[in-house]
Amino acid sequence: MKDKKSYDVILFKAVSYALKAEKILKKENLPHKLIPVPKHISSDCGICLMVHLDMKDQVLTALQDKVDIENVRPLTE
Amino acid sequence: MSIIYFDNAATSWPKPPEVHAAMQKYLKKIGANPGRSGHRLSVEAARIIFDTREKLVQLFNVDDPLQIVMTKNATEALNIAILGLLKPGDHVITSSMEHNSAMRPLRAMEHRGVNLTVITCDQDGLIDPVKVSAAIQENTKAIFVTHASNVTGTVMPVADIGRIARKHALVFCVDAAQTAGCCPIDVKEMNIDLLAFTGHKSLFGPSGTGGLYIREGLEKRIEPLCVGGTGSRSESEEQPDFMPDRYEAGTPNTVGIAGLQAGVDFVLSEGVDQINSREEELVKTFMEGIKGLAGVTLYGQTDTHKRTPVVSFNIAGMDPAAVALELDERFKIMARSGIHCAPSAHKTIGTYPQGTVRFSFSYFNTQEQIAKAIDAIRKISRRKK
Ligand SMILES: Cc1ncc(COP(=O)(O)O)c(C=O)c1O
Repeated sequence: MKDKKSYDVILFKAVSYALKAEKILKKENLPHKLIPVPKHISSDCGICLMVHLDMKDQVLTALQDKVDIENVRPLTE
Repeated sequence: MSIIYFDNAATSWPKPPEVHAAMQKYLKKIGANPGRSGHRLSVEAARIIFDTREKLVQLFNVDDPLQIVMTKNATEALNIAILGLLKPGDHVITSSMEHNSAMRPLRAMEHRGVNLTVITCDQDGLIDPVKVSAAIQENTKAIFVTHASNVTGTVMPVADIGRIARKHALVFCVDAAQTAGCCPIDVKEMNIDLLAFTGHKSLFGPSGTGGLYIREGLEKRIEPLCVGGTGSRSESEEQPDFMPDRYEAGTPNTVGIAGLQAGVDFVLSEGVDQINSREEELVKTFMEGIKGLAGVTLYGQTDTHKRTPVVSFNIAGMDPAAVALELDERFKIMARSGIHCAPSAHKTIGTYPQGTVRFSFSYFNTQEQIAKAIDAIRKISRRKK
């Protein structure tokens, strides 16, 4: 990953929601990566989805009404 | 002489080899607690459970995998549905063919002020939807009915009852312990709001697995029975209100669910229709083979199309337990005898309190085994004469 600043992470209520979101993005061929939640973010769910800012809108649209999203935050502090 | 296992309605055996392999793989290579941590093994474990939900929704025609609550069996699922939904003053309708896993929680709620109507089924164990309609009152909240009787194998007209429930805006809960995996189930077409299923019968999972499908939104009306750690919302001392965590406190049976996933996969790849028709052939041969034998009484519908691979019978003048013992000792045929956890079902078909001998077949039984069983029953009944 060249530029950490170009990424956001999407946070979910629980791991199962993150996995559901991951499946949807896979099916829609939208680039994403399931990663452990970065240290600076406090989230109870251990994993989140990292997406490039260029893809963010498309990703959020794909997940809309399908998976509850808790929060979207920058990858870096 | 090898063992002939005809007790699949209690727990199916053998399981497809893929089920053993999936459980071993989890134990050897994954092992972690699902959904509690961010490391890869924990995520892998969570994935097993998510994928299992996905396969179950495919089987039952549910849209959202997160509407499936994993439980330890159908009994737990039914308890969540019954104890969690009903309140004093509610009226509920059920059938006289229910297993105790539904009947006992319903009776328990009756003691707490729920009004219960038990519709008496006919001699073959079939419910008449017209009687269900007629039993509806102003305060009726729900209908609980088994998809198929574990005593007679009678498949209930759940689609008809589902239409009645929908028309009157009642919650429709189906006990699919005997049908999930061997009879087609479509929660949308059948208007099912709550579907309780178990993993260790026709879904070929290990014991300790099962689940409850809850129609989206209905979770708001169902209190959880068991609350505690879920791996989510850990900052809060209140139980999460979202699906499925609301009902899934405590570390799940991940190794069992890994096996269940492989079992459901097996069912999906063989196809419920194929499983159903092969099992129907076994039932047909068996019923044909014993119906003419002197002293043998068969229970349930004669139309094999309307039953699961469960056949109850008796031999005149013999205690069902003695028949089952002789089948085991002389013929190595494993059957169940007695009341099968459903006293009211036996009252309905006239076999209370002695019960019946029950054979229940699976996809892994063969026509050859059926032939041996017919021969064994012929020998036992002839000697008795
Ligand atoms: C009709 C029916 N309902 C419920 C159950 C309970 O299933 P479990 O023992 O897996 O909870 C069974 C089987 O035991 C059954 O046959």
